[in-house]
Amino acid sequence: MNYERMIATRRSLLTGLASAGGLLLTGCSESEPPTYGNLLRMGDALTYKAQRLLLPAQALAREYERRDVSSIPAIGNTNPGDSRQATFNAARGPLYDQLRSGSFTHWRLSIEGSVARPGLYSLADLHRFPSRTQITKHTCEEGWSAIAEWTGVQLRRVLEAAGMLPAARYVNFHAFDDTVDSIDMRDALHPQTLLAYGMNGRELPVAHGAPLRLRVETQLGYKSVKYLQRIVVTDKFYDPGKLGPLQTGWAWYVGI
Amino acid sequence: MLALSVLTLALSGFVILMAHPRLYWGQVGNDLTPALMELPVSRNYHHGGWAPGTTFYRYAGSPYSASRTYDILNQNGWARSLHFLAAWFLVVTGLIYALAGLFSGHLLRDILPRGRELAPRVLWHELRQHLRSPSRSAAGGPPYNPLQKYTYSGVVILALPLMVVTGMAMSPAISAAYPWLAGMFGGSQSARTVHFFAFAVLVLFVLVHVAMVILTGFKRQMRAMTVGD
Repeated sequence: MNYERMIATRRSLLTGLASAGGLLLTGCSESEPPTYGNLLRMGDALTYKAQRLLLPAQALAREYERRDVSSIPAIGNTNPGDSRQATFNAARGPLYDQLRSGSFTHWRLSIEGSVARPGLYSLADLHRFPSRTQITKHTCEEGWSAIAEWTGVQLRRVLEAAGMLPAARYVNFHAFDDTVDSIDMRDALHPQTLLAYGMNGRELPVAHGAPLRLRVETQLGYKSVKYLQRIVVTDKFYDPGKLGPLQTGWAWYVGI
Repeated sequence: MLALSVLTLALSGFVILMAHPRLYWGQVGNDLTPALMELPVSRNYHHGGWAPGTTFYRYAGSPYSASRTYDILNQNGWARSLHFLAAWFLVVTGLIYALAGLFSGHLLRDILPRGRELAPRVLWHELRQHLRSPSRSAAGGPPYNPLQKYTYSGVVILALPLMVVTGMAMSPAISAAYPWLAGMFGGSQSARTVHFFAFAVLVLFVLVHVAMVILTGFKRQMRAMTVGD
């Protein structure tokens, strides 16, 4: 092998190695959901990418009849005003209680981030959007499932009204308890992804996320964040640390 | 590789089952609905930690909701991610095994029972022979006797693919795209129950398989499985 060819071979080898390394490290760039070098999180990222590649984009989750509505456990935080709950937030908990005692008339949902018109939305504002009612299955990571009827506004309508910017890639949800989680634009724009204010023909009960919760029908139950306070649209993946699923050992994408 | 991923799947799958050791039939099932079976594993068995419920509708027997008051055992954070990582290895190595088996003729020649082996009379005869003198077929590797063929093909073309399909039938994203997957089993909770029983059958196979390997000469069998005779 002559010298020039050897250099060329070595260079292409190095480029190959570097790009393979880059593939594993995409998490660090924060334009992708992070893997943090953890083998399990890398497996999650593989599942995420494979499902995004192989599954049709806007397939609807099955919708059921009202007679299929089942009993449904309320788990996780079931009252953000209760200081004994694991994800209680000392600042927002009392605020939640105050808003609840006023039937949430003073509650406002803040839409911020990569939007042309950030703003505050009352429940009445959200009711003015066309509503969608869907009877769908809630699948919990624990292994159980339940069917309920959810009524609300499609998240995409609210994002469009706020003037989501073209660079936007993730939608982050901040709750009244210590919960922050996000979904990608594909799930955010899914026609069944709702900001739900009604359940089984009534106002959303406190145990299920009053006054407003997210419904993501293409992922497991814990992605459907309850007790919404703030929605932040971001161009990059935002890791909320110990408040989010990633650093507490849970997968970020659970369409699984 | 295949064996390692099956072992990892079995262990992580059991940890996942411990979070909710109840099995159901149909579309849905949870602590507030009747179970098909309740397995006495983990402290979550019969925990009964539910606040008084509130019904959704006015009629008697209406669906209801109750809040959990009990801190359940739940290690699903790592267990689920490990389960799916191992599932990727199972699917990839399983596909390689299936393709290699098809092209080399191993699957058709050695694994699938054929011709007179399919007759119930032959099977009955083999079964009696086998129970009378268990360590009769001590040869390492193929050709396999009809009983081995029935067992191996049951594992390779029935149980393992069934595990993968019922696993996928539990996924919300895959079910949205292909609802017939869960539909085949009568709902995703039925698929979960079938997933568990197929797992139980596989565990039984592994136990008997390992026992047979030891009974018929561990060293020689291991050599036959890995590097060949």
